[in-house]
Amino acid sequence: MYFLKRTLFLLPLLLVISFLAFALVRAVPGGPFDRERKPASPEIERNLRAKYHLDQPLWQQYLRYLGGLLHGDFGPSLKYRNHSVGDIIAQGLPVSIALGTAAFCFALGAGIPLGFYTAARRGRWGSYAGSLLAVLAICVPSMVVGPILIMLLAIKLRWFPVALWGSPWHLVLPTLTLGLYFAGRIARLLHAGMLTTLHAEFITTARAKGLGETAVLLKHALPIAVLPVLSYSGPMLADLLTGSFIVENLFQIPGIGVFMVNSSLDRDYTMVVGLVLLYAALLLVLNLLVDFACAALDPRVKYE
Amino acid sequence: MNSHTPSAGAKPPADPSPNQRAWRRFRRNPVAMASSFLLGFLVALILVWPLFSRPPFAPHLPRALTHAPNAVSDAQFQPPGPQYWLGTDVHGRDLLSRVFSGARLSLFVGLVGTAVSLVIGVFWGAIAGYCGGRWDAVMMRFVDVLYSMPSIIFVIVLITSLNAVLAKWQSGPAPLPDATARWLQFTALFGGLGAVSWLTMARIVRGQVLSLRHRAFVDASRVLGAGHFRILWHHVLPNVYGLIIVYLTMTIPSIILYESFLSYLGLGIQPPEASLGSLIASGTEQINSIRIYWWLIVFPGGMLALTLLALNFLGDALRDAWDPRSEN
Amino acid sequence: MHPWLRTLGSIPGAAVCLWLLAACSVAEPKADLVVINGPDPQTVDPALATGIEDLRVINGLFEGLTRYDPVTARPIPGLAERWEISRDGRVYTFHLRDKLIWSPGQPITAGDLVYSWLRVLDPRTAAEYAGQLYYVTNAQSFNNGRLKDPSLVGVHALDSRTVRVELNSPTAFFLDLCAFQTLAVVPRQVIEKQGDQWMRASPLPTSGPYLLDGWRLNYKIRLRKNPYYWDAANTRLDLIDFLSVSAPNTALNLYDTGQADVIWDLTNIPNELVDELKKRPDYHAFPYLGAYFFRFNTTQKPFDDSRVRRALALGLDKKRLVTQFLHAGERPADHLVPDGTAHYTPAAGLGYDPDQARHLLAQAGFPGGKGFPRFHYLFEGSGGGGRIHEQLGVEMQHAWEEQLGIHMELAQMEKKVFLAAQNHLDYDLSRSSWIGDYNDPNTFLELFRSDNGNNRTGWKNARYDSLMSQANLQTDPARRAALLQQAETILVREELPIVPIYFYAGFTYFNPARIQGIFPNILDVHPPNAIWKVERREAEGGATSAVHH
Repeated sequence: MYFLKRTLFLLPLLLVISFLAFALVRAVPGGPFDRERKPASPEIERNLRAKYHLDQPLWQQYLRYLGGLLHGDFGPSLKYRNHSVGDIIAQGLPVSIALGTAAFCFALGAGIPLGFYTAARRGRWGSYAGSLLAVLAICVPSMVVGPILIMLLAIKLRWFPVALWGSPWHLVLPTLTLGLYFAGRIARLLHAGMLTTLHAEFITTARAKGLGETAVLLKHALPIAVLPVLSYSGPMLADLLTGSFIVENLFQIPGIGVFMVNSSLDRDYTMVVGLVLLYAALLLVLNLLVDFACAALDPRVKYE
Repeated sequence: MNSHTPSAGAKPPADPSPNQRAWRRFRRNPVAMASSFLLGFLVALILVWPLFSRPPFAPHLPRALTHAPNAVSDAQFQPPGPQYWLGTDVHGRDLLSRVFSGARLSLFVGLVGTAVSLVIGVFWGAIAGYCGGRWDAVMMRFVDVLYSMPSIIFVIVLITSLNAVLAKWQSGPAPLPDATARWLQFTALFGGLGAVSWLTMARIVRGQVLSLRHRAFVDASRVLGAGHFRILWHHVLPNVYGLIIVYLTMTIPSIILYESFLSYLGLGIQPPEASLGSLIASGTEQINSIRIYWWLIVFPGGMLALTLLALNFLGDALRDAWDPRSEN
Repeated sequence: MHPWLRTLGSIPGAAVCLWLLAACSVAEPKADLVVINGPDPQTVDPALATGIEDLRVINGLFEGLTRYDPVTARPIPGLAERWEISRDGRVYTFHLRDKLIWSPGQPITAGDLVYSWLRVLDPRTAAEYAGQLYYVTNAQSFNNGRLKDPSLVGVHALDSRTVRVELNSPTAFFLDLCAFQTLAVVPRQVIEKQGDQWMRASPLPTSGPYLLDGWRLNYKIRLRKNPYYWDAANTRLDLIDFLSVSAPNTALNLYDTGQADVIWDLTNIPNELVDELKKRPDYHAFPYLGAYFFRFNTTQKPFDDSRVRRALALGLDKKRLVTQFLHAGERPADHLVPDGTAHYTPAAGLGYDPDQARHLLAQAGFPGGKGFPRFHYLFEGSGGGGRIHEQLGVEMQHAWEEQLGIHMELAQMEKKVFLAAQNHLDYDLSRSSWIGDYNDPNTFLELFRSDNGNNRTGWKNARYDSLMSQANLQTDPARRAALLQQAETILVREELPIVPIYFYAGFTYFNPARIQGIFPNILDVHPPNAIWKVERREAEGGATSAVHH
């Protein structure tokens, strides 16, 4: 019932978000056609604004935009004047999805075991070493990790290509650069979650029953401790799927992460709103799924 | 007569309060003490450093310690040496003093941004989780709406609008003193950063509170007649502290790192000031296969990593110490 | 097995599937030449293009009446094989070549040219560079919407192979303009059918040496040889890839690992490495038609006083500035029009004289810099690469503090905010640059006419305007050059609403033992069909791409 209500709310929510983005991006100083080189006459600027209806009042522009949306048309890009926003997203999204999912798998695949290990070996120096690794992964920004990996693995050792896209080998370095930070965060979250769970009554019961320590941790503590990780996965996946600017910039990957930042900087109004809608839809759906999973897994969570 | 009546002459040991117990546990943890000392030392050094280049101290210290962070010289790209312990950058500015002034700015950014994010996020999430029902729905939908906007847009809006307002003001009849103008710019930056990170905190807190709400001890307090606020403050939140503290120790780094991302885009701390983030951003341009001015990355990056490491381990220890169930 | 372990185990499984999926990208043939073009081209529609990265691609796709000579960048016959110019210099008659076709059965006619130019001028197209055609009679009125009938604009097709153009006044550089991207011929038959997104048409006929074989945004544009081009016999390379690379270090890495053959434009390599790269034979730098300068806001005290402006210019040691940070052969500039501009001797500027500067400043009422207000230098942040604006700003700040005792603050702003501030004259000093559109001093000097939208300094000088107008009515090149020089003298020696700092260096990076046909001309244009690869007897080892002829 609750989830049905949430799903129904999705559409009006997206509407609100689209209007917010629409108005916000037009409120920023500077316009899409401001360049170092101004057109020769003010009439040219006037023609430009008229062509894209930027001279009309805000509500009129917005209604026109909604009308286009009903036909599945997100409008023309103001920067790439021969492309529509839909085209650009259709070109870039599959690439970002591939990269994002790979980084997600890496983050979970590296983060969960590390977090589990540091919590299981708590108090011993192995745990501290593992925590150190996790924290280092969080502290070193991807703008540093990326070039270092390129220099070591791609240039010196020539194991992987330096940049660009197209084969599985092109996927490795960007995945590592993108996923390292999230792996560290997941390790830390799981570590914290495990420690909190370990003092719960049902753990004591399990131990009293005579189960081995590993079994206790794996079968009883982990499923509950992983819940904060699950909560975090929703937004994390959305962030990963819509691409990371730094990684795509560095490796020249044709995803949409670069557009998310550049469209705001370029004041490409239609592109910004289109991308915001995409990001929002993705995030809302993922959050819904994550909440559903949480409710299904933890009987103590009750939504009304 | 109860068993607590002291026998003649001897005073019974007072029962230590939970805070005192927590503090004692904290002190017994070697990693905790090491991190706090390291952090304390770093902070002290960072605060004291600007004094080194000024008259009372300058003549008595080795030359290498008395450079001002923004002093330009002809010694471009010097590797670490006796005159410049950490080397110099493209303008011949001493890296050692820049790293310290950058660390001060970064820590400030992190603390202020986190404070903003903490205050808003915890209260929002706790209230939403505790009230449940329609309140929860409305509050979390609000979070969802804000969350669904890529934070970069808000940041750009905030920063550029303030830039534009300031530019107009400064070229007008009554320009502000530059220091004030710069602090206004930084405030916009911190405000923006804080405003984008409270959302996750709210979500996490709300999730925890939601699962704690129906626990026995909450019902028990209610039966005993405790008001909602009291329950929230004294019973529910303490159970969330652990998660909050860990999340906090992850938020400070993420705010500092986000600031370095903004510097990469040209939106962060403006020159000639530097933060660790902007030092790292300009340092990464030096990583290539031909010639690397390694000191421009290693030292700022190392300082950042050291600070964040200390913060993280400290956070761990705090959580361990204050966790009401970690009595062993 | 515990359900959790199963879920966890599926993660590596998913990873492997992804790995294989990523391998499923369709294999395409390798290009003959891979060029790193720089920032992503925003459009390849000649009417809409504005940036140099757009131009480089359009140069291969669409041609106009004239085209650029690869060696000298002078205009040579393109689609037009010859032309006549009237005695007063106002009427041009172009004769198109025989047998020009879009595709078999579809000739390129004079009507197509007229259509292309009128399309640029049509207000509905909203072409930003419509101003390039304002030299044609009635063009500006048509573009403003005042004139509704396009047939009154001074370009007409006399028959299917003859075009007649009427100009407002003799324009010495008109043939250069005809080679400019905005004036290229576009396929009317496709545009009329498809509208704004006509580039997606397949097949897409083009008037130039190459066809558009693929365009992936923020990645690469692929060009394929156009067999119907009139000079197809001399087009040596079949497939050319233009890569959009935003990070300079990435560009260099791609080149060093053999994945790119050419890099052009200096912003595409890391500035700090230039002095290392200079030692390699791949490095080619040459004079370029671009200037880096800063503007004064002459409506703002104390910069309304030309003595103050001259003082600031005299107090700047541009040689030192340039040699500190720029190693690509950029030359310090005392005047605005770059050296090497055709048929022109630039004016003499002010040079470096700190004593004179202090003297002037004292004369203006600020002896020793006392009483001089704090002022700001605005510049845009260059994120992700190159911090040259900041670096120069810091040096300028230092120089003026030391020499003149005045204090300048740096104000870095986000690009669009910076442009808006500059447009509204909300600044004291602001950074600027200008790349010439055609090889003539007019492209630089006309900027500072009182009514020019790119003036952005608030400076109005009637003498300057009249000199410029007179110069552009002159048919005698020597007299014209003299008049223009006089105008420039006012600009850079007497009044100084701007202070030139340096001239850009054109830059190309390629191995001349493998690639030929890229020449160092002042416009930095490199028509793709002039480029070819050297045929080798023995095979080359290593990761370099295969050699084709």
